[in-house]
Amino acid sequence: MSHNATNTAEDGKQGGFSLRWVLHSPLALPLIGLIVVSILMGFASENFFSVGNIMNVLRQVSIVAILAVGMTFVILTGGIDLSVGAVMALSGTIAAGLMVNMGLPGWVGLLAGLGVGVGLGIFNGVMVAWGRMPAIIVTLATMGIARGLGLLYSGGYPISGIPSWISWFGIGRIGIVPVPVIAMVIVYALAWVLLQRTPFGRHVYAIGGNELAAKLSGVKTQMVKLTVYGISGLTSAFAALILTGRLMSGQPNAGVGFELDAIAAVVLGGTAIAGGRGLILGTLIGAVLLGILNNGLNLMGINPYLQDVIKGLIILLAIYIGREW
Amino acid sequence: MLQLTGIKKRFGSIQVLHGVDLDVRAGEVHALLGENGAGKSTLMKILTGILKPSEGTITIEGETRHFANYDEAIEAGIGIVFQEFSLIPYLTAVENMFLAREIRGPFGLLDRKAMRKRAKEILARLEVNVPLDVPIAKLSVAEQQFVEIAKALSLNARILVLDEPTATLTPSEVEHLFKVMRELRKQGVAIIFISHHLEEIFEICDRITVLRDGEYVGDCLVSETDNDRLVEMMVGRRIENSFPEKPGPRPGAKVMLECEEVQLRKGGPISDFLLREGEILGFAGLVGSGRTETALAMLGAYPASRCKVMVDGEETRFKEPAEALAHGIGLLPESRKEQGLITSFSILQNISLNNYGKYRKGHWFIDLQKEREATQTAMGQVRVKAQGPMARVDTLSGGNQQKVVIARWLNHQMKVLIFDEPTRGIDVGAKAEIYQLMRAFTAQGYAIIMISSELPEVIGMSDRVCVFRQGGIVATLEGDAINAEEIMTHATTGRVRHVA
Repeated sequence: MSHNATNTAEDGKQGGFSLRWVLHSPLALPLIGLIVVSILMGFASENFFSVGNIMNVLRQVSIVAILAVGMTFVILTGGIDLSVGAVMALSGTIAAGLMVNMGLPGWVGLLAGLGVGVGLGIFNGVMVAWGRMPAIIVTLATMGIARGLGLLYSGGYPISGIPSWISWFGIGRIGIVPVPVIAMVIVYALAWVLLQRTPFGRHVYAIGGNELAAKLSGVKTQMVKLTVYGISGLTSAFAALILTGRLMSGQPNAGVGFELDAIAAVVLGGTAIAGGRGLILGTLIGAVLLGILNNGLNLMGINPYLQDVIKGLIILLAIYIGREW
Repeated sequence: MLQLTGIKKRFGSIQVLHGVDLDVRAGEVHALLGENGAGKSTLMKILTGILKPSEGTITIEGETRHFANYDEAIEAGIGIVFQEFSLIPYLTAVENMFLAREIRGPFGLLDRKAMRKRAKEILARLEVNVPLDVPIAKLSVAEQQFVEIAKALSLNARILVLDEPTATLTPSEVEHLFKVMRELRKQGVAIIFISHHLEEIFEICDRITVLRDGEYVGDCLVSETDNDRLVEMMVGRRIENSFPEKPGPRPGAKVMLECEEVQLRKGGPISDFLLREGEILGFAGLVGSGRTETALAMLGAYPASRCKVMVDGEETRFKEPAEALAHGIGLLPESRKEQGLITSFSILQNISLNNYGKYRKGHWFIDLQKEREATQTAMGQVRVKAQGPMARVDTLSGGNQQKVVIARWLNHQMKVLIFDEPTRGIDVGAKAEIYQLMRAFTAQGYAIIMISSELPEVIGMSDRVCVFRQGGIVATLEGDAINAEEIMTHATTGRVRHVA
């Protein structure tokens, strides 16, 4: 026979609004981290707070930040997607290959690249949702497959010679703002709307919170999972578009290890790795935080090998501090 | 040999055992009998040191004992085979028997020969033959049980508790188990046997102790009692809860749902039932008798081997609960925390989880304003007491949590609601409210299937009752036939329908 003793916390009236609310927001910690690191970097390097450098940092983080959007959807459902870096490389390589080797118009190549990303994402989703296999294994396999296909298709060499207008996506500017930064902001805005304002978004959170309860209450859990992996494939392909524009070529070796940066951004942003809790804005903060660390440590002229160690320790520290949130 | 006297146990404010006596002699098989929730498991947990009694004494061979934990009880010669085995599936029988007390040879390495020899000796004592070198998971349930028993004996158990050992066995396996039990009885082991199946008790047991609602009802010799008297002892006379009045049969009520064939497992029993508009159909039976599985199979949430459902004269088999929802069938699951609520969500998000179709803006988006209004209306309908729709559900009491899950179904055009243990872990006041709500729903034309382990609830609420046993429906009762004796008799001795 079960029994419960609740009612205890019921009378605990909500205290003052402002400070407590801010501290209890899941964004509080990532934001504090961002501010602290920025100030430290500002002291360490006088160039850090220049508009030029800030735009530079944002442009540099844009690719990982866009990968991290899809990753956020996946992690919110309690899954993981290790294939994003490899899918991005394959998508860019095939897009470039179609333009250069087959002489297709640039826009056809770009659409095909997006198709490759979405297709592999859906493949992941089908394997996870209907194949009932663990996401970490499925996407690990997809990572290998995508990377291998890219190398096979290109023979391991970058494919250059794509139409020059594509460089606009990578290095163009609107006013002083780089195009990749604008693209990043648009992707985050769309993701916010999807997660916070649509039934689909609620279902994503519900699956991460309690998949069985969501299923029994009539949520189409398999379809939702398929969609989040599809979204992750789409954001990977979108990141490929920016990358291809920046490098003016399809790079089969690009993006190695980017999946780990994307996961780090999501987790630094306060999203629970087990799913169910987290905000897309947190992921943006996490991605920028990572970018500032990279940039600042570079400006300080720290040995790149040591930089990896420092970043690892900072991630560990951040997760430790935030573990109750 | 073993005496428990005046055992009392309370959890917080709830008293679950009110002074229970149990007296077991060496070389006898002693049945412990009672309904779900009568206190059998709690009593056995106290005997094995897992729980401490609030009052009362345990005496073994004249010596009063206080067990601080499970290990001390084992030390004292008590062995228990739980309903759910505690074996490691990937280890072999020998490895399992000597887990954490391995026999060691030179250099502290495992002495596998010695362990194997010892395991063989013990199994020989049971006169059973169990493969020793394959992972436990590859053995049959009965063989796993023998390994559990052997493990207990290897620890020199003189008092052996078997908690519903036959629940998952086939008839021939049960025969084998009984043979082993008789052998042990001959060797002077005292066995406490928990089972809901009365015919088994008559076959194997010497004496019986009956518990009811945590009270000691009495004990007697098996040879001096019969079926009817045991059922009466188990059920007794009870204080009736305040259930809303039954509206009585509605002539010509249309059939909402017809389950033509449900078979949970291949080769298992086949059940059928139908559900009429405005009625509450009770699913009664003991824990594990297939009530919940049958309901889940209907919704497409349990992989039954066969499941034919007629809804609106159309034959369907739902692949997932979302399809059942589209046909107006919803579920209030058994376990609120694990199956019902998204605990990290607010009340509002929990209620609106499956009915966004009702308040959309521009097709794609949630209309937050309407969502809030609809949620507040639904909360009012079921009278959820909370600070507001944005309160987190894990701050609510059990009764209010249950109402939140019920409210989830109110914004749909529902026809059928399945309530699985609707009042489990809920206080008396909230129970009465939930009963009122259920009747209010049926008055609106809903049909309800209520799965319940509490007999008074089944009797007080159901217009008709399907009694389950061993995975299938053994009887469907109506009118005056819905009484405790009738239900318990079918639940413990009824025959299921097998079809080749």
